[in-house]
Amino acid sequence: MTDLSAAGSSPLGRTRRSILIASPEMKRRNRVEARFKYYGIAAIAVSLAILALMLFIIVRDGTSAFVQAKLTFPVTLDASVLDPKGNGNRDEMAKVTTIGYGKVLTASFLAALQAKGIDLGEASEKDAAAMISKDAPGQLRAQVLADPSLLGKTIEVTVLAGGRIDGYLKGRVTMDTAQRDGNVTPEQLVLADKLIAAGMLAKKLNLQFLTLPDASDQRPEAAGLGVALVGSLYMMLMVAVMCVPVGVAASIYLEEFAPKNRWTDLIEVNIANLAAVPSIVFGILGLAVFINFMEFPQSSSLVGALVISLMTMPTIIIATRSAIKAVPPSIRDAALGVGASRMQTVFHHVLPLAMPGILTGAILGLASALGETAPLLLIGMVAFVDNYPGAPLDGFGDPATALPVQVYSWASRSDPAFIERSNGAIIVLLVFLLIMNVSAILLRRKFERRW
Amino acid sequence: MNDMRITERTVQTNQAKITARDVQVYYGDTHAIKDVSVDILDKAVTAFIGPSGCGKSTFLRCLNRMNDTIPICRVEGKILLDGEDIRDVRVDPVQLRAKVGMVFQKPNPFPKSIYDNVAYGPRIHGLVRNKAELDEVVESSLKKAALWNEVKDRLAAPGTGLSGGQQQRLCIARAVATSPEVLLMDEPCSALDPIATAQVEELIDELRANFSVVIVTHSMQQAARVSQKTAFFHLGNLVEYGDTTTIFTNPVDPRTESYISGRIG
Repeated sequence: MTDLSAAGSSPLGRTRRSILIASPEMKRRNRVEARFKYYGIAAIAVSLAILALMLFIIVRDGTSAFVQAKLTFPVTLDASVLDPKGNGNRDEMAKVTTIGYGKVLTASFLAALQAKGIDLGEASEKDAAAMISKDAPGQLRAQVLADPSLLGKTIEVTVLAGGRIDGYLKGRVTMDTAQRDGNVTPEQLVLADKLIAAGMLAKKLNLQFLTLPDASDQRPEAAGLGVALVGSLYMMLMVAVMCVPVGVAASIYLEEFAPKNRWTDLIEVNIANLAAVPSIVFGILGLAVFINFMEFPQSSSLVGALVISLMTMPTIIIATRSAIKAVPPSIRDAALGVGASRMQTVFHHVLPLAMPGILTGAILGLASALGETAPLLLIGMVAFVDNYPGAPLDGFGDPATALPVQVYSWASRSDPAFIERSNGAIIVLLVFLLIMNVSAILLRRKFERRW
Repeated sequence: MNDMRITERTVQTNQAKITARDVQVYYGDTHAIKDVSVDILDKAVTAFIGPSGCGKSTFLRCLNRMNDTIPICRVEGKILLDGEDIRDVRVDPVQLRAKVGMVFQKPNPFPKSIYDNVAYGPRIHGLVRNKAELDEVVESSLKKAALWNEVKDRLAAPGTGLSGGQQQRLCIARAVATSPEVLLMDEPCSALDPIATAQVEELIDELRANFSVVIVTHSMQQAARVSQKTAFFHLGNLVEYGDTTTIFTNPVDPRTESYISGRIG
């Protein structure tokens, strides 16, 4: 209390403290407050730092999935090999398998090397041919079958290089690792350097990553997200169609019409419980009910959507109910007071005001559904699917995968080239989530009304 | 506006519009209204006064069955509108509320345009056949609510953008638009400033020509200014009911006397 010595004393005998001097108690309170503020800032800084680190690692490891080493060289489409009957009939031509196209590609590639004066060095012709992706003949075949007039012509093609060559360009494969690697030889890498110098081999934008289906372990360079994107899109469509109307209708009933009794209390508690059930449990349920009992096709986006709908429903109900609760009761009184029925009150007044909240809840529910993985593993969506599902509605029953499941299945493959693609898929997934969350915010702004 | 008194008009006030007999209201276990019997006259303003929590608003909400929306609320007794029991099973409360309109304590216009606020009732009740008729109803309702001149140029503007007094008059216009027979007002001026209050009071006196008006108020001066009949509620009981002049000058019950003179409440 030394700082009080300067203060005078009041007539009542109590010492009067100057308001210009902070009391020790005040100083202590201010210190606590400042400390608390710094704790908060520190917590935010730590979480932002972790988020930034995570995004940095994903972007660092994932962006390379969007570029791919590609070989560019002229290919002579030898009609005698590709159209043995020589009549340009597409059905006849379709009998030539990718093996035939592989031969054409190899021959053209070796010819192109010779034309450019590139010495094979210690690499054999077989080594050189192996630098072309095993997926390339298939792509060439599709191109020729789509346009038979190309037969006999010499066209400039850009085909994928093999996964190891791609890895070499991205720094994943080195001379050291090639020594110990059965899939690539150091000689091939030497040749690759020469090709780069000759402008035949380069890293190029690979948007096919978004469109191609998954590929086998031998061809990581050709693996794409096409099937997963279609599967996720189908599932989101079905979840939205099944979940949002049912969830909103259930919330309206519970909030505006249902009597408040033990039954509705029970339902309320159970909806909250349902929201907390681990997702894997829904997967088992889906397996037992939809696949084993109802015999829906496994691995299909239909079953995936059903299971995810069950999971998303409570989230949407909870969000919608709180949005409806937030509408001021005076609006309901006003509508009832002029003789609106309860349904008119809800649909003319309550729902429009609750709409921003409902939309936000629904979109955030869908966003979390988009990232849901565990239940899909159990209903067989983690399978290797390299055929696109058909068009709706039949396509809903076709086997498909989903984005997060694709991330999981690539991450569990042995070839490091798939890890890169796994990270790339995470980027795609995050972009979609970001788009959904931003649209939730924008819709909220657009529909928000003052009252 | 210097003289706050309202000129008397000659209006027939001898017919009972609403007759309540032995009305009991319970909120769960609480007995909120006890044995209330009252005759509310047609084409007259009846004021309900009393201290907070005495049940006057609760009783008012019984008259158009707004209490139905409160699950724990239970009403007993007879409430007759023109001799018909409003609590009969055959009565649809929605239809009843079109006949017995209500204005609330806080102005609560819909977050829509001024026009749509007033047009809402006629629209949902199918009172008009075309746009021209609707326009007419909106105009006459706004005129009855003494708001027409202020808003006639901006009917498409949001109702929530008006001032508090204008909002309350908009709510009155909205209630009037469904051509009710009775207008219930639950402290309509408690959120308004004195000028807006004076406007609304003047309006209430004009509405008396067409409707039976029941107003709940905390202000005894207001009750004295606008009403012909006054009912004094205390602790859920209707203590005294009679001509406003009698209640304020010569109350029978000592509780009324002490409330009016400011000793309780």
